[in-house]
Amino acid sequence: MGAALRTEFRKVVTTRLWWVLLLAMVPYMAFLAALMAWLLTQDGAMAGGTGMGGQTGGEEVTLAADAVVRGAYTIAVSFGYVFPLLIGALSVASEFRHQTITPTLLAEPRRSVVVGAKLVTGTGTGLVFGVVATAGAVAAAATVLVALGEQTFLDQASTWGTLALSALALALWAFIGVGLGAVLPHQVAVVVVVLAFTQFVEPLLRLGLAFTSWGAGLAKFLPGAAGEAVSGGSFYSETGAMDLLDPWQGVLVMLAYGLVFAAVGRYTTFRRDIT
Amino acid sequence: MRAVDDLSFEVHPGRVTGFLGPNGAGKTTTLRMLLGLVRPTSGTATIGGLAYHQIPRPLRTVGAALEAASFHPGRTALDHLRTYAPQVGVPDARAAEVLEVVGLSGAAGRRVGGFSLGMRQRLGLATTLLGDPQVLLLDEPANGLDPEGIRWLREFLRTLAAQGRTVLVSSHVLSEVEQTVDDVVIIARGRLVHASTLAELARRARPHVRVASPDTAGLAALVERAGWTRADDARADRGVELVDVDAAAVGAAAFAAGLELHELSTRDPGLEGLFLELVGGPAAGAADTATGTTRGAAA
Repeated sequence: MGAALRTEFRKVVTTRLWWVLLLAMVPYMAFLAALMAWLLTQDGAMAGGTGMGGQTGGEEVTLAADAVVRGAYTIAVSFGYVFPLLIGALSVASEFRHQTITPTLLAEPRRSVVVGAKLVTGTGTGLVFGVVATAGAVAAAATVLVALGEQTFLDQASTWGTLALSALALALWAFIGVGLGAVLPHQVAVVVVVLAFTQFVEPLLRLGLAFTSWGAGLAKFLPGAAGEAVSGGSFYSETGAMDLLDPWQGVLVMLAYGLVFAAVGRYTTFRRDIT
Repeated sequence: MRAVDDLSFEVHPGRVTGFLGPNGAGKTTTLRMLLGLVRPTSGTATIGGLAYHQIPRPLRTVGAALEAASFHPGRTALDHLRTYAPQVGVPDARAAEVLEVVGLSGAAGRRVGGFSLGMRQRLGLATTLLGDPQVLLLDEPANGLDPEGIRWLREFLRTLAAQGRTVLVSSHVLSEVEQTVDDVVIIARGRLVHASTLAELARRARPHVRVASPDTAGLAALVERAGWTRADDARADRGVELVDVDAAAVGAAAFAAGLELHELSTRDPGLEGLFLELVGGPAAGAADTATGTTRGAAA
């Protein structure tokens, strides 16, 4: 397994995809975080209504820690998870696209080991994405807050705990991505499905389900909601549109998605003849 | 779909074996079964007695380059080799070594996407050599090589066999590997049609003189007297087939002996002709299960 992990790691770092995706993700997340930080400091801010105190008319707005931390610092968990999801999915799909699956299975014919190594390596790559994107979001948002003379809440331990969970949530997205890639190894198909689901289907589903009494319970278990639960809240939950699972439940739900996908992929895609 | 049916042959160390057959004969499928990439419906494929997935660190035992030489276009040649080095269990320096061996050192840092087919073949070959394996399975390695490349490949494969390795080279053209191989295994429509040394095949490809006479006994006596060699693969319809003699000599001897001839003809298929004859033979029986028993003898 050690050798398989080293090989998988080298597959990631010897191609350009990882830094191209990271280069797209980090500025995007930093921009959104800065934007959110600015919005939250504006009078009558949309978020964190419950947490705000000492607000009088057009005077100083005192920010709630939750609003800043969840709304701006961990914005990548709500809007950036498509990137680790893609890096995970493509780690499998690109092998079929370029037929490198043949040398891969010649080097390691035990196919479960190949899938396992990809899950671990993909999650590790996702963690790097999570750490860097969260750091980027924090740097941008904190800069805006400092410039506006607001509190950054970076002196609070709970903030850092949430930031770590944000990185974990993004790592788990890559884990799910590897599983998804194993189920759907066609590169174009998996990219289309990932984009359609993350950018369109899940947001609509979550909004739609929130309007029904039975749906709200179900919506918590959608992968996007589970991801936000891991980091303990989000843009969506801050706006009051959602209630979420506990962080540990979120972790379990995400792991379950990844493992179920990976198992299905192992017994479909990775069971077939490689021709 | 039946691709390979009841195919059984052995390849030996220290020799280059040509695995021949027309396109679609089942060569690639056979190799992929041997490598555990395709599962035979029944039967076994083993290398040195082990199924591929049972071999610990298989790339140290078997190096295989399959026809669809598969590389990520964005990866450099050196990185491609280094990617697999941990699983082969060799240090990274080995990657540069094998590039040197196949003459690709100059392109080590270039992305494979810009490689010619010939360079990809060489890189595929380099990949098989990473683990310094005793068994090499090469699917159409001469495809895309220029004449100089083909000559290089020929000498390269001879060297590998001379080191005591088992080398199996597939091709759909006999002439392409004629000067490289010691043994030939010929398949058609998923079935074995011929397996022997190349020398044996060449012997069968010598010109045959067919001679027929109404005086069967007289003809037999003449053959006996002249000391001609009968072809051991003669067609048993009529007359006799002789080798190592030309039609003119047979005609002259018959004339001198006063023997009446009804036929005197030369059949000279050549090696390529014999190959085409073998692979174009009568269609094999219609079985619809894929079975395969393939053994690679490892040294």
